[in-house]
Amino acid sequence: MNDPLTSYQIVGLTLIVFGVLFDISGCVGLVRLPDVYNRIQASTKCVVLGTALILLGAVVWLGSLHAILKGLLCILFILITSATAAHALSRAAHRSGVPLAERSVVNRYAEDQQGGRGAEEGVL
Amino acid sequence: MITTEILFPALIVGLLLCCGICLYRIANGPTAADRMVAIDILGTVVVGFVAIMTVLTGKAYLLDVALVWALVSFVATLALAKYLVGKRLDE
Repeated sequence: MNDPLTSYQIVGLTLIVFGVLFDISGCVGLVRLPDVYNRIQASTKCVVLGTALILLGAVVWLGSLHAILKGLLCILFILITSATAAHALSRAAHRSGVPLAERSVVNRYAEDQQGGRGAEEGVL
Repeated sequence: MITTEILFPALIVGLLLCCGICLYRIANGPTAADRMVAIDILGTVVVGFVAIMTVLTGKAYLLDVALVWALVSFVATLALAKYLVGKRLDE
């Protein structure tokens, strides 16, 4: 029961702990920020990095060929699909008319759709 | 001994806290988009959960569950995003 950890296990455990900390900070952003777009941007980035770190820690801990292949493939899928899903969600929310927070400064997508100043000058 | 008895339960409690926050946001998000964002984040957190279960049990085949969960969660989020814009799902 009182077995000492190998160095691979120590590295993997450190990665897992940092991943869980990133996950918790992303979920705190999910509950504290004022509107949908802020929540998407905070929670997606933090939770994707945290989950990738947890998976990397699991790969380092296990160390077998199956675990390395499947874990790295899963990290790749997480990095690709979560960014795509967040982009589709924010675009769908803006198109379906979800309002921005009261403190928002600029809404370039609405200006661009209405043919405003940014669209005329070709500045996005 | 300290890892199996203290550290892993602490990590599991931290991820359960993340799941609880996501469920809170699903239960009373002001708009439908908030609920969809929380569902997406919950799917990603569950993938991390499965990775920790892989470490605890030492069985590498549990990573298949994480892989499939990530892909299915992605498809569900895209379908919900299309539904939110007002398109039908086959356009």
